[in-house]
Amino acid sequence: MSDKRTELKVSAIRRGTVIDHIRSESTFRVFQILNLEDVKDQVYLGTNLESKKLGKKGIIKISGKSFVSSEINKIALVAPEATLIEIEEYEIVKKEKIVPPDTITKIVKCVNPKCVTNNQNVETKFNIVTDYHGQMKLVCHYCEKSMTQKDIFFI
Amino acid sequence: MIQLKNRSLVSITDYSKEEIIKVLDIAEEFEKNPRQKILSDYVIASLFFEPSTRTRLSFESAVQYLGGRIIGFASADTSSVRKGESLKDTILTVSNYSDLIVMRNPLDGSARFASEVSPVPIINAGDGANQHPTQCLLDLYSIRKTQGTLENIQIALVGDLKYGRTVHSLVQALSKFNATFHLVSPEILKLPSAVKKWIKDAGLEYYQYTELADVIPFADILYMTRIQGERFPDPIEYEQVKNSYVLENKMLDKSKDNLRVLHPLPRVNEIHENVDSNPKAYYFQQAQNGVYVRQALIAAILGLKE
Ligand SMILES: [Zn+2]
Repeated sequence: MSDKRTELKVSAIRRGTVIDHIRSESTFRVFQILNLEDVKDQVYLGTNLESKKLGKKGIIKISGKSFVSSEINKIALVAPEATLIEIEEYEIVKKEKIVPPDTITKIVKCVNPKCVTNNQNVETKFNIVTDYHGQMKLVCHYCEKSMTQKDIFFI
Repeated sequence: MIQLKNRSLVSITDYSKEEIIKVLDIAEEFEKNPRQKILSDYVIASLFFEPSTRTRLSFESAVQYLGGRIIGFASADTSSVRKGESLKDTILTVSNYSDLIVMRNPLDGSARFASEVSPVPIINAGDGANQHPTQCLLDLYSIRKTQGTLENIQIALVGDLKYGRTVHSLVQALSKFNATFHLVSPEILKLPSAVKKWIKDAGLEYYQYTELADVIPFADILYMTRIQGERFPDPIEYEQVKNSYVLENKMLDKSKDNLRVLHPLPRVNEIHENVDSNPKAYYFQQAQNGVYVRQALIAAILGLKE
Protein backbone atom coordinates (compact mmCIF):
# COMPACT_ATOMS: atom_id res chain seq x y z
CA MET A 1 0.00 0.00 0.00
CA SER A 2 2.67 2.49 1.02
CA ASP A 3 4.76 1.44 -2.00
CA LYS A 4 1.92 2.36 -4.30
CA ARG A 5 1.60 5.82 -2.77
CA THR A 6 5.34 6.45 -3.23
CA GLU A 7 5.08 5.43 -6.87
CA LEU A 8 2.25 7.88 -7.42
CA LYS A 9 4.30 10.85 -6.27
CA VAL A 10 5.98 10.84 -9.64
CA SER A 11 4.05 9.53 -12.60
CA ALA A 12 4.83 6.13 -14.03
CA ILE A 13 6.26 5.92 -17.54
CA ARG A 14 5.41 3.37 -20.18
CA ARG A 15 8.85 2.87 -21.68
CA GLY A 16 12.14 4.46 -20.74
CA THR A 17 14.61 4.76 -17.89
CA VAL A 18 14.27 5.64 -14.23
CA ILE A 19 17.25 6.88 -12.24
CA ASP A 20 16.37 6.12 -8.64
CA HIS A 21 18.10 6.57 -5.27
CA ILE A 22 19.85 9.78 -6.25
CA ARG A 23 21.01 11.74 -3.24
CA SER A 24 18.50 14.65 -3.09
CA GLU A 25 21.13 17.35 -3.43
CA SER A 26 22.50 15.69 -6.61
CA THR A 27 19.20 15.40 -8.45
CA PHE A 28 19.41 18.64 -10.42
CA ARG A 29 23.06 17.98 -11.20
CA VAL A 30 22.14 14.63 -12.78
CA PHE A 31 19.41 16.35 -14.77
CA GLN A 32 21.94 18.93 -15.96
CA ILE A 33 24.83 16.65 -16.95
CA LEU A 34 22.54 14.45 -19.02
CA ASN A 35 21.22 17.53 -20.85
CA LEU A 36 17.68 16.42 -20.08
CA GLU A 37 16.33 19.90 -20.84
CA ASP A 38 16.85 18.97 -24.51
CA VAL A 39 14.77 15.77 -24.31
CA LYS A 40 11.50 16.05 -26.30
CA ASP A 41 9.68 13.21 -24.48
CA GLN A 42 8.26 13.32 -21.00
CA VAL A 43 10.72 13.79 -18.14
CA TYR A 44 9.63 13.64 -14.51
CA LEU A 45 11.82 14.81 -11.72
CA GLY A 46 11.19 14.37 -8.02
CA THR A 47 13.36 15.44 -5.16
CA ASN A 48 13.26 15.32 -1.34
CA LEU A 49 11.27 12.07 -1.49
CA GLU A 50 11.45 9.80 1.52
CA SER A 51 14.01 7.03 1.32
CA LYS A 52 14.91 4.35 3.84
CA LYS A 53 18.46 4.19 2.50
CA LEU A 54 19.30 7.85 1.93
CA GLY A 55 16.86 9.74 4.17
CA LYS A 56 15.88 12.00 1.28
CA LYS A 57 16.23 10.91 -2.32
CA GLY A 58 15.68 12.16 -5.82
CA ILE A 59 14.27 10.31 -8.80
CA ILE A 60 14.26 11.08 -12.52
CA LYS A 61 12.08 9.29 -15.07
CA ILE A 62 12.76 9.75 -18.75
CA SER A 63 10.35 8.42 -21.37
CA GLY A 64 11.64 6.72 -24.48
CA LYS A 65 15.30 6.87 -23.51
CA SER A 66 18.00 4.41 -22.62
CA PHE A 67 21.53 5.44 -21.69
CA VAL A 68 24.81 4.58 -23.32
CA SER A 69 27.85 3.75 -21.20
CA SER A 70 29.43 7.21 -21.37
CA GLU A 71 26.20 8.66 -19.96
CA ILE A 72 26.03 6.00 -17.27
CA ASN A 73 29.63 6.86 -16.32
CA LYS A 74 28.63 10.48 -15.96
CA ILE A 75 25.77 9.50 -13.65
CA ALA A 76 28.16 7.31 -11.68
CA LEU A 77 30.43 10.29 -11.01
CA VAL A 78 27.66 12.61 -9.84
CA ALA A 79 25.40 10.06 -8.15
CA PRO A 80 27.42 6.92 -7.40
CA GLU A 81 24.66 5.58 -5.12
CA ALA A 82 21.97 5.68 -7.85
CA THR A 83 20.03 2.76 -9.31
CA LEU A 84 19.18 2.53 -13.00
CA ILE A 85 15.82 0.96 -13.91
CA GLU A 86 14.68 0.14 -17.43
CA ILE A 87 10.93 0.15 -18.06
CA GLU A 88 8.95 -1.58 -20.82
CA GLU A 89 5.13 -1.45 -20.81
CA TYR A 90 5.13 -0.03 -17.26
CA GLU A 91 7.13 -3.06 -16.05
CA ILE A 92 10.67 -3.13 -14.69
CA VAL A 93 12.77 -5.17 -17.13
CA LYS A 94 16.17 -4.38 -15.64
CA LYS A 95 17.29 -2.88 -12.36
CA GLU A 96 20.96 -2.22 -11.66
CA LYS A 97 22.94 -0.31 -9.10
CA ILE A 98 25.33 1.98 -10.89
CA VAL A 99 28.95 0.90 -10.55
CA PRO A 100 31.55 3.61 -11.08
CA PRO A 101 34.21 2.54 -13.61
CA ASP A 102 37.89 2.14 -12.57
CA THR A 103 39.02 4.78 -15.03
CA ILE A 104 37.32 7.55 -16.87
CA THR A 105 38.64 9.20 -20.03
CA LYS A 106 37.85 12.35 -21.99
CA ILE A 107 34.60 13.45 -20.30
CA VAL A 108 35.96 15.16 -17.16
CA LYS A 109 38.26 18.18 -16.91
CA CYS A 110 41.17 18.15 -14.44
CA VAL A 111 40.68 20.62 -11.59
CA ASN A 112 44.39 21.56 -11.59
CA PRO A 113 44.99 24.59 -13.87
CA LYS A 114 48.69 23.65 -14.16
CA CYS A 115 47.87 20.12 -15.36
CA VAL A 116 49.28 19.21 -18.77
CA THR A 117 45.75 18.25 -19.89
CA ASN A 118 44.64 21.88 -19.43
CA ASN A 119 47.62 23.31 -21.33
CA GLN A 120 48.39 20.88 -24.15
CA ASN A 121 46.25 18.82 -26.47
CA VAL A 122 45.98 15.80 -24.17
CA GLU A 123 42.87 13.74 -23.45
CA THR A 124 42.09 13.56 -19.74
CA LYS A 125 42.21 10.30 -17.86
CA PHE A 126 41.35 9.63 -14.21
CA ASN A 127 41.55 6.67 -11.90
CA ILE A 128 38.58 6.38 -9.60
CA VAL A 129 39.45 5.48 -6.02
CA THR A 130 37.77 5.53 -2.63
CA ASP A 131 39.55 7.42 0.14
CA TYR A 132 39.61 6.23 3.72
CA HIS A 133 36.46 8.18 4.57
CA GLY A 134 34.66 6.17 1.89
CA GLN A 135 34.52 9.19 -0.45
CA MET A 136 34.91 8.70 -4.17
CA LYS A 137 37.93 10.50 -5.60
CA LEU A 138 39.20 11.03 -9.13
CA VAL A 139 42.98 10.90 -9.41
CA CYS A 140 44.41 12.49 -12.55
CA HIS A 141 46.57 10.01 -14.47
CA TYR A 142 48.88 12.86 -15.47
CA CYS A 143 49.27 15.40 -12.65
CA GLU A 144 48.31 12.86 -9.91
CA LYS A 145 46.09 15.43 -8.16
CA SER A 146 42.90 14.04 -6.70
CA MET A 147 39.54 15.71 -6.88
CA THR A 148 36.26 15.15 -5.12
CA GLN A 149 32.78 15.01 -6.60
CA LYS A 150 32.20 18.71 -6.11
CA ASP A 151 35.17 19.54 -8.37
CA ILE A 152 33.90 17.48 -11.27
CA PHE A 153 33.40 19.53 -14.40
CA PHE A 154 32.37 17.80 -17.60
CA ILE A 155 34.06 18.73 -20.84
CA MET B 1 61.42 -9.42 -12.04
CA ILE B 2 63.55 -6.27 -12.30
CA GLN B 3 63.33 -4.67 -15.71
CA LEU B 4 64.55 -1.11 -15.90
CA LYS B 5 65.78 -1.16 -19.48
CA ASN B 6 63.87 1.13 -21.86
CA ARG B 7 61.44 2.15 -19.12
CA SER B 8 60.73 5.79 -18.39
CA LEU B 9 60.88 7.02 -14.81
CA VAL B 10 58.12 9.54 -14.18
CA SER B 11 57.15 8.99 -10.57
CA ILE B 12 58.93 7.15 -7.77
CA THR B 13 55.83 4.96 -7.48
CA ASP B 14 56.66 3.54 -10.94
CA TYR B 15 59.39 1.52 -9.22
CA SER B 16 58.97 -1.45 -6.93
CA LYS B 17 61.02 -1.83 -3.78
CA GLU B 18 63.40 -4.20 -5.60
CA GLU B 19 63.81 -1.78 -8.51
CA ILE B 20 64.66 1.08 -6.13
CA ILE B 21 67.27 -1.11 -4.42
CA LYS B 22 68.70 -2.10 -7.80
CA VAL B 23 69.27 1.54 -8.80
CA LEU B 24 70.88 2.29 -5.43
CA ASP B 25 73.18 -0.72 -5.79
CA ILE B 26 74.33 0.45 -9.21
CA ALA B 27 74.79 3.99 -7.83
CA GLU B 28 77.06 2.57 -5.14
CA GLU B 29 79.21 1.08 -7.85
CA PHE B 30 79.43 4.49 -9.58
CA GLU B 31 80.37 6.15 -6.32
CA LYS B 32 83.42 3.89 -6.18
CA ASN B 33 84.21 4.46 -9.83
CA PRO B 34 82.32 7.41 -11.38
CA ARG B 35 84.47 7.72 -14.51
CA GLN B 36 83.43 4.75 -16.63
CA LYS B 37 83.23 5.63 -20.31
CA ILE B 38 80.15 3.54 -20.99
CA LEU B 39 78.16 6.29 -22.73
CA SER B 40 80.66 7.13 -25.46
CA ASP B 41 78.25 5.94 -28.18
CA TYR B 42 75.22 7.68 -26.71
CA VAL B 43 73.49 11.03 -26.96
CA ILE B 44 71.36 12.19 -24.04
CA ALA B 45 68.85 15.00 -24.49
CA SER B 46 68.47 17.42 -21.61
CA LEU B 47 65.28 19.45 -22.08
CA PHE B 48 64.77 22.06 -19.39
CA PHE B 49 61.59 23.96 -20.17
CA GLU B 50 62.19 25.90 -16.97
CA PRO B 51 65.59 26.67 -15.47
CA SER B 52 66.88 24.46 -12.67
CA THR B 53 70.60 24.88 -12.66
CA ARG B 54 71.23 22.48 -9.78
CA THR B 55 69.35 19.51 -11.27
CA ARG B 56 70.54 20.18 -14.81
CA LEU B 57 74.21 20.34 -13.84
CA SER B 58 73.88 17.18 -11.80
CA PHE B 59 72.45 15.29 -14.79
CA GLU B 60 74.94 16.77 -17.22
CA SER B 61 77.84 15.97 -14.93
CA ALA B 62 76.55 12.40 -14.61
CA VAL B 63 76.50 12.03 -18.42
CA GLN B 64 79.89 13.72 -18.93
CA TYR B 65 81.67 11.50 -16.39
CA LEU B 66 80.36 8.51 -18.35
CA GLY B 67 81.67 9.92 -21.64
CA GLY B 68 78.25 10.64 -23.15
CA ARG B 69 77.21 13.67 -25.21
CA ILE B 70 74.41 16.06 -24.35
CA ILE B 71 72.04 18.03 -26.55
CA GLY B 72 69.17 20.23 -25.43
CA PHE B 73 68.29 23.53 -23.83
CA ALA B 74 68.40 25.10 -20.38
CA SER B 75 65.24 27.18 -20.58
CA ALA B 76 62.19 27.49 -22.80
CA ASP B 77 63.32 30.96 -23.95
CA THR B 78 65.94 29.55 -26.24
CA SER B 79 63.87 26.74 -27.70
CA SER B 80 61.20 26.25 -30.32
CA VAL B 81 58.72 26.07 -27.44
CA ARG B 82 58.79 29.84 -27.53
CA LYS B 83 57.49 29.68 -31.09
CA GLY B 84 54.51 27.70 -29.81
CA GLU B 85 55.56 24.15 -30.61
CA SER B 86 53.57 21.55 -28.68
CA LEU B 87 55.27 19.38 -26.09
CA LYS B 88 54.42 16.30 -28.15
CA ASP B 89 56.14 17.69 -31.26
CA THR B 90 59.24 18.72 -29.29
CA ILE B 91 59.53 15.25 -27.77
CA LEU B 92 59.01 13.45 -31.09
CA THR B 93 61.61 15.65 -32.77
CA VAL B 94 64.23 15.34 -30.05
CA SER B 95 63.72 11.58 -29.82
CA ASN B 96 65.08 11.37 -33.38
CA TYR B 97 68.39 12.76 -32.16
CA SER B 98 68.86 11.03 -28.81
CA ASP B 99 68.76 7.74 -26.91
CA LEU B 100 67.15 9.07 -23.75
CA ILE B 101 65.46 12.32 -22.74
CA VAL B 102 65.86 14.04 -19.39
CA MET B 103 63.04 16.53 -19.05
CA ARG B 104 62.06 19.27 -16.65
CA ASN B 105 58.79 21.04 -17.39
CA PRO B 106 56.63 23.42 -15.35
CA LEU B 107 53.37 21.61 -16.20
CA ASP B 108 52.13 18.98 -13.74
CA GLY B 109 51.82 15.64 -15.52
CA SER B 110 53.95 16.69 -18.51
CA ALA B 111 56.45 13.90 -17.84
CA ARG B 112 53.79 11.18 -17.88
CA PHE B 113 52.44 12.57 -21.13
CA ALA B 114 55.94 12.78 -22.64
CA SER B 115 56.63 9.17 -21.66
CA GLU B 116 53.47 8.10 -23.49
CA VAL B 117 54.34 9.82 -26.76
CA SER B 118 58.11 9.32 -26.76
CA PRO B 119 59.74 6.36 -28.53
CA VAL B 120 62.81 6.75 -26.26
CA PRO B 121 62.70 6.58 -22.45
CA ILE B 122 62.07 9.74 -20.42
CA ILE B 123 63.58 10.58 -17.05
CA ASN B 124 61.45 13.11 -15.20
CA ALA B 125 63.68 15.85 -13.77
CA GLY B 126 60.66 17.56 -12.20
CA ASP B 127 57.17 18.17 -13.63
CA GLY B 128 55.81 21.30 -11.96
CA ALA B 129 54.68 20.65 -8.41
CA ASN B 130 54.12 16.96 -9.12
CA GLN B 131 57.10 14.57 -9.10
CA HIS B 132 60.89 14.69 -8.98
CA PRO B 133 61.89 11.03 -8.70
CA THR B 134 65.66 11.45 -9.02
CA GLN B 135 65.62 13.73 -5.97
CA CYS B 136 63.79 10.97 -4.16
CA LEU B 137 66.31 8.35 -5.25
CA LEU B 138 69.23 10.45 -4.06
CA ASP B 139 67.45 10.99 -0.73
CA LEU B 140 67.02 7.22 -0.40
CA TYR B 141 70.63 6.66 -1.37
CA SER B 142 71.75 9.13 1.30
CA ILE B 143 69.58 7.49 3.94
CA ARG B 144 70.85 4.02 3.12
CA LYS B 145 74.45 5.18 3.02
CA THR B 146 74.30 6.95 6.38
CA GLN B 147 72.13 4.42 8.22
CA GLY B 148 73.40 1.21 6.59
CA THR B 149 69.82 0.24 5.68
CA LEU B 150 66.55 1.63 4.37
CA GLU B 151 64.45 -0.55 6.68
CA ASN B 152 62.77 0.61 9.89
CA ILE B 153 63.99 4.22 9.75
CA GLN B 154 62.61 6.80 12.19
CA ILE B 155 62.32 9.74 9.84
CA ALA B 156 61.38 13.27 10.87
CA LEU B 157 60.06 15.41 8.02
CA VAL B 158 60.16 19.11 8.86
CA GLY B 159 58.68 22.24 7.31
CA ASP B 160 56.31 22.50 4.40
CA LEU B 161 54.70 19.08 4.33
CA LYS B 162 51.67 20.32 2.41
CA TYR B 163 53.23 21.59 -0.81
CA GLY B 164 56.67 19.95 -0.61
CA ARG B 165 56.77 17.38 -3.41
CA THR B 166 60.07 15.87 -2.23
CA VAL B 167 58.38 15.07 1.06
CA HIS B 168 55.44 13.39 -0.65
CA SER B 169 57.69 11.22 -2.82
CA LEU B 170 59.85 10.30 0.13
CA VAL B 171 56.80 9.21 2.11
CA GLN B 172 55.62 7.08 -0.82
CA ALA B 173 59.03 5.45 -1.20
CA LEU B 174 59.80 4.89 2.48
CA SER B 175 56.36 3.34 2.95
CA LYS B 176 57.87 0.36 1.14
CA PHE B 177 60.60 0.09 3.80
CA ASN B 178 58.70 -0.01 7.08
CA ALA B 179 59.58 3.54 8.15
CA THR B 180 57.97 5.44 11.03
CA PHE B 181 57.06 9.00 10.08
CA HIS B 182 57.39 11.99 12.43
CA LEU B 183 55.73 14.95 10.76
CA VAL B 184 56.73 18.40 11.99
CA SER B 185 54.90 21.35 10.43
CA PRO B 186 52.84 24.44 11.17
CA GLU B 187 49.12 23.66 11.42
CA ILE B 188 48.41 25.05 7.92
CA LEU B 189 51.20 23.04 6.26
CA LYS B 190 50.35 19.53 7.47
CA LEU B 191 50.82 16.52 5.22
CA PRO B 192 47.79 16.12 2.87
CA SER B 193 45.43 13.29 3.71
CA ALA B 194 46.06 11.61 0.34
CA VAL B 195 49.73 11.22 1.31
CA LYS B 196 48.88 10.05 4.83
CA LYS B 197 46.79 7.38 3.17
CA TRP B 198 49.99 5.92 1.67
CA ILE B 199 51.33 5.44 5.19
CA LYS B 200 48.12 3.92 6.48
CA ASP B 201 47.73 1.63 3.47
CA ALA B 202 51.23 0.29 4.11
CA GLY B 203 50.17 -0.48 7.70
CA LEU B 204 52.66 2.04 9.11
CA GLU B 205 52.45 4.79 11.72
CA TYR B 206 52.82 8.55 11.60
CA TYR B 207 52.90 11.13 14.37
CA GLN B 208 52.33 14.87 14.00
CA TYR B 209 54.17 17.64 15.84
CA THR B 210 54.45 21.40 15.73
CA GLU B 211 57.76 21.64 17.65
CA LEU B 212 61.02 20.62 15.99
CA ALA B 213 62.73 19.95 19.34
CA ASP B 214 60.25 17.16 20.11
CA VAL B 215 61.56 14.82 17.40
CA ILE B 216 65.32 15.38 17.64
CA PRO B 217 66.05 12.89 20.48
CA PHE B 218 64.83 9.80 18.60
CA ALA B 219 65.07 10.60 14.86
CA ASP B 220 67.50 8.72 12.60
CA ILE B 221 66.99 11.19 9.77
CA LEU B 222 66.04 14.84 10.11
CA TYR B 223 64.75 15.87 6.71
CA MET B 224 64.49 19.67 6.64
CA THR B 225 62.58 21.50 3.89
CA ARG B 226 62.22 25.08 2.82
CA ILE B 227 58.88 26.81 3.20
CA GLN B 228 58.38 28.19 -0.30
CA GLY B 229 56.67 31.57 -0.54
CA GLU B 230 55.58 31.13 -4.15
CA ARG B 231 53.35 28.19 -3.17
CA PHE B 232 51.19 30.31 -0.87
CA PRO B 233 47.98 31.82 -2.21
CA ASP B 234 48.05 34.34 0.67
CA PRO B 235 51.30 36.28 1.37
CA ILE B 236 50.24 37.05 4.96
CA GLU B 237 49.91 33.35 5.65
CA TYR B 238 53.45 32.88 4.36
CA GLU B 239 54.83 35.62 6.61
CA GLN B 240 53.32 33.87 9.62
CA VAL B 241 55.03 30.54 8.98
CA LYS B 242 58.14 31.26 6.91
CA ASN B 243 60.59 31.05 9.81
CA SER B 244 58.74 28.38 11.82
CA TYR B 245 61.72 26.07 12.06
CA VAL B 246 65.37 26.97 12.29
CA LEU B 247 67.75 24.16 13.14
CA GLU B 248 70.74 25.33 15.16
CA ASN B 249 73.81 23.35 16.06
CA LYS B 250 73.17 23.23 19.81
CA MET B 251 69.75 21.63 19.19
CA LEU B 252 71.55 18.52 17.92
CA ASP B 253 73.29 17.94 21.30
CA LYS B 254 70.58 15.55 22.43
CA SER B 255 70.30 13.68 19.11
CA LYS B 256 71.27 10.07 18.43
CA ASP B 257 74.80 9.38 17.16
CA ASN B 258 73.51 8.04 13.88
CA LEU B 259 71.26 11.05 13.19
CA ARG B 260 71.92 12.81 9.89
CA VAL B 261 70.43 16.09 8.68
CA LEU B 262 69.20 16.06 5.08
CA HIS B 263 67.83 18.90 2.96
CA PRO B 264 66.92 18.91 -0.76
CA LEU B 265 68.57 22.39 -1.10
CA PRO B 266 68.59 25.28 -1.66
CA ARG B 267 68.11 26.25 1.96
CA VAL B 268 67.07 29.67 3.16
CA ASN B 269 66.98 30.06 6.96
CA GLU B 270 65.81 26.63 8.09
CA ILE B 271 69.32 25.31 8.81
CA HIS B 272 71.66 27.74 10.53
CA GLU B 273 75.15 27.83 9.04
CA ASN B 274 76.56 26.78 12.42
CA VAL B 275 75.19 23.28 11.67
CA ASP B 276 77.34 22.93 8.51
CA SER B 277 80.49 21.83 10.31
CA ASN B 278 78.67 19.30 12.50
CA PRO B 279 79.45 15.74 11.28
CA LYS B 280 75.72 15.08 11.39
CA ALA B 281 75.13 17.63 8.61
CA TYR B 282 74.84 15.60 5.43
CA TYR B 283 73.07 17.90 2.94
CA PHE B 284 76.08 18.71 0.78
CA GLN B 285 77.14 15.07 0.42
CA GLN B 286 73.48 14.34 -0.29
CA ALA B 287 73.62 16.61 -3.36
CA GLN B 288 76.86 14.92 -4.46
CA ASN B 289 75.09 11.54 -4.30
CA GLY B 290 72.68 12.86 -6.92
CA VAL B 291 75.35 12.42 -9.60
CA TYR B 292 75.86 8.70 -8.81
CA VAL B 293 72.15 8.02 -8.66
CA ARG B 294 71.61 9.74 -12.01
CA GLN B 295 74.50 7.82 -13.55
CA ALA B 296 72.95 4.60 -12.27
CA LEU B 297 69.54 5.45 -13.62
CA ILE B 298 70.78 6.39 -17.08
CA ALA B 299 72.97 3.27 -17.27
CA ALA B 300 70.14 0.99 -16.12
CA ILE B 301 67.58 2.47 -18.51
CA LEU B 302 69.97 2.19 -21.44
CA GLY B 303 70.61 -1.43 -20.48
CA LEU B 304 74.31 -0.83 -19.77
CA LYS B 305 74.16 -2.03 -16.15
CA GLU B 306 72.11 -4.79 -14.65
ZN1 LIG C 1 45.59 16.63 -13.93
